[in-house]
Amino acid sequence: MSEIKPDVTLDVRGFFCPVPVVKLAEAIEKYPTGTTLEILATDPGTLADIPAWARTTGNEMLKTEREGNVIKLYIKKTK
Amino acid sequence: MSESKKRLLIVCSKGTLDMAFPPFMLATTGAAMGMDAHLYFTFWGMDIITKKKFDKLKLSPVGNPSLPMPNILGMLPGMTAMATKMMKGKMKKAKMPSIEELIKTAKELGVKFHACTPTMQLSGVTKDDLIPEVDDMIGAATFLELAKDATVTLFI
Repeated sequence: MSEIKPDVTLDVRGFFCPVPVVKLAEAIEKYPTGTTLEILATDPGTLADIPAWARTTGNEMLKTEREGNVIKLYIKKTK
Repeated sequence: MSESKKRLLIVCSKGTLDMAFPPFMLATTGAAMGMDAHLYFTFWGMDIITKKKFDKLKLSPVGNPSLPMPNILGMLPGMTAMATKMMKGKMKKAKMPSIEELIKTAKELGVKFHACTPTMQLSGVTKDDLIPEVDDMIGAATFLELAKDATVTLFI
C-alpha cells in the first residue's frame, strides 16, 4: 500500500481539536461505503485522534504520514 | 440502533468561559464518534444555555493562579473583562470555535441539552430564558436514569 489514491480530500489545516474530528465525521456522511478520504491537518493531535475516531466508528485507518508541517491521514469508509 | 450506542453524559456545573469549553469539545467529539452525547446544565453551568448570558461568558482572573498576573490584581475593576478579552483573542488566533459555534455544531451532531429544574427554580430562570437548543428540563431522577447506562459520565 505505497500509493493511496484518495477519492476525496478534507483540508483541516490550521484547526485544532475538536474541529478536525467533527469535520471528518460530518464529511464522511456524504460519501458511500468504500470511499477513501485523505485528511490534511496540522494539529499533531490528529495523529492519535483520527485513528482513535476510526477505531471507535469502525472505519479503516489506511495510513498516516507527515510531510513537513502537514499531516496526511487516509481513511477508508467501511461503515 | 441508538439503543446500542455508547452514551456520554457530562454535567456542566460552571459558567465561566474556560469551563464551558471542555464539555462541548468532548460532546461534539463524542457525537462525531457515534456516541449518544448528553450535556446536563446545572448551577452556574445554566449560564451557557441562558439567552442573555451564553455569548457573554467570562474568564475570572480571581482565584486563577494560571494567569500571567498577580492574583490580587484580578480583583481590580475591569480585570475580568480584560482577562476575557485576552482569552477570546487567543482562542480566535488558534482558530478555536466559539461557544456559540460549538452549541450550533453540537446540535447538528445530535447532542442533547438538558436543563436542571432545581437550578431553574433557585435562580428564577424560566423555559423562555433558555436558548431554543435546550431539549428538555429534567431533575436528578431523569439524570440518573440516563447516567446509569452511560459509558462515560463526567462532572465539569
